[in-house]
Amino acid sequence: MALPAAAIEQAIDWEVGEQQVGLWGDAWTRFRRNRLALIGLAIVLALIVVAVASPLLIRMGLLPDPFTQHVDTIEVGPGIGGHVFGTDVLGRDALSRLLIGSQVSLTVGILVQGIIFPIGLTIGLCAGYLGGRVDNLLMRFTDIWYAFPDLLFVLVVVSVWHVQGAWFVQLIPIFGAIALTSWVNLARLVRGQVLSIKEKEFVEAARSSGTPPFKIITRHLLPNSLGPIIVTLTFGIPQAIFLEAVLSFLGVGIQPPQPTWGQMVNDGYEAIYANPTAVVFPALAIGFTLLAFSFIGDGLRDALDPRMRK
Amino acid sequence: MTARRPGPGASLTERITAAGGSRVVSLTIYVLRRLLWMIPVVFFVIVITFVLMHLAPGSPWDRTSGRPLSPVVAEALDKKYGLNKPVFEQFLLYVSNVVHFDFGLSYQYQGKTVTSLIGEGWPYTATIGFLAFCLIAPFGIGLGVLAALRQNTRLDYALMGFATFAASFPNFVIGALMVVLFSVLMYKATGGNFYLPAGGFDLDDHLIMPVITLALLPIAFTARLTRASTLETIRQDFVRTAWAKGLTERLVVVRHILKNSLIPVVTTLGPTFAILITGSVIVETVFSIPGIGRAFVVAVTSRDYPMLLGTTVLFSVVIAVANLVVDILYVAIDPRVRVS
Repeated sequence: MALPAAAIEQAIDWEVGEQQVGLWGDAWTRFRRNRLALIGLAIVLALIVVAVASPLLIRMGLLPDPFTQHVDTIEVGPGIGGHVFGTDVLGRDALSRLLIGSQVSLTVGILVQGIIFPIGLTIGLCAGYLGGRVDNLLMRFTDIWYAFPDLLFVLVVVSVWHVQGAWFVQLIPIFGAIALTSWVNLARLVRGQVLSIKEKEFVEAARSSGTPPFKIITRHLLPNSLGPIIVTLTFGIPQAIFLEAVLSFLGVGIQPPQPTWGQMVNDGYEAIYANPTAVVFPALAIGFTLLAFSFIGDGLRDALDPRMRK
Repeated sequence: MTARRPGPGASLTERITAAGGSRVVSLTIYVLRRLLWMIPVVFFVIVITFVLMHLAPGSPWDRTSGRPLSPVVAEALDKKYGLNKPVFEQFLLYVSNVVHFDFGLSYQYQGKTVTSLIGEGWPYTATIGFLAFCLIAPFGIGLGVLAALRQNTRLDYALMGFATFAASFPNFVIGALMVVLFSVLMYKATGGNFYLPAGGFDLDDHLIMPVITLALLPIAFTARLTRASTLETIRQDFVRTAWAKGLTERLVVVRHILKNSLIPVVTTLGPTFAILITGSVIVETVFSIPGIGRAFVVAVTSRDYPMLLGTTVLFSVVIAVANLVVDILYVAIDPRVRVS
């Protein structure tokens, strides 16, 4: 029986209209609807622009040099002597130092995730896929690791390992220490993901049709656990920034003159009654940067894990 | 087989006996195994810290400023603290001393043992930690339940917004901002008549800011978790039945919702302990309180290795014990959990 032309037309319309939306497109749509996540993203993008652009602005003379000491305006409040945010204990411009300080925080936050990712992923995949003794070893190891709080471990490592040089050279032991404490979380997460996906029917189908283990891992296990991995790495960024800021605050992080926010809070303490803004601005900078990253993390979690949606 | 299932009001012992002797036995074995497992954990914490220290370039006598120590003095110091022996021998000696609760002599404070230094700092850290803990349970759980019961109202948004802020802002930032607000600005605004002290320790208003700074993060953490788990419980059938029976809100919340929704919250008490310990390190530095956390930071910056080892071991033992207690508590309060 021939279908009416209109019905055929309709069916074609439906097919065309039903646009294919993949996981990532779907996630992006959901992420976009989350206002807080977008605000977080905007703050982070602005910070990246600041970190890249502020050295250029300083070189062009649009911003005061963050290392020059203005001896006639020491520890002054905002707006005095042409210093928009005031100056610090050594008479250096607080705004320039604040903007330059974003470099260290962002570098630590993002690069540490780059170190953790391959380590946590490989170990988690091995433990989850191979199981047995390898798995047992990892779990016992993480038990020990959990008895050692992150901050204490990082402090011990950084206190014994000092590297002299430019700020990114000094960052190496800090990277190492933070990465050493943080890969465990990722490895445990990947292991859990692999353990649950491994038993799913489609993996069994792949295995029974003779797919080699390596291909099962790269084709099936990895793509299906990518969402939670991305979320964990995103939440790792504020954690790493926090650890670096605490190190600087306690005076064992990056050494002066390179400004970091934690160190600026600590410096500001020396003359907190004379000029409280020297503490407030870097403190707020740290707080809102961490807040922005956790907004993005929350947004990604809701977007990438539909089961978590409310 | 057991004849009688214990009612909801049954005590822990009743519940355990009702579940049959096997549960008591398995629980005891579980506790013993966990206690034994603490030994390798602490051992490895010592190994890791010890190895880190001895791999480090330079010696603890290196000075970053001032005149460097003469080689003769450094050698004498090495001899005094046993640093001239092979590393492995030092390690064995240290471990055997730790077993006898001897943590050695401090490098920084001449003639003082690590044990006595920890003993001096302990009351401060314990006081602040205890007070913070007293705030965490009522505020964290209370605010979480409140937010869940008034889900999607302005109150809920306000509480969760506050929790997000408190969870994201590091405690040294919160401490610094509080000092600016309640010490500096309040001092200026009231002409020095009313303000909170920015440092030091005393059993009076000196405690307010450190305790709040220490407790804020765990409160936020607990409130978020309590809210999530309460929301999950509210949607369950037995809660609907309780409402349908015509029970008052009080009874439904306390007897039916809270009893179930607090189980996952109890499990986070272990991590909360870890947060309190790392928090004390920062809070004691911000507010210049002479506790163990402050001693740890001083040891870190002055390379006082025995002190560093001693405090690290102490912290890891406290955390391991806290985790064990929480796990036992978890098995005790939730009859559905089986120990394996």
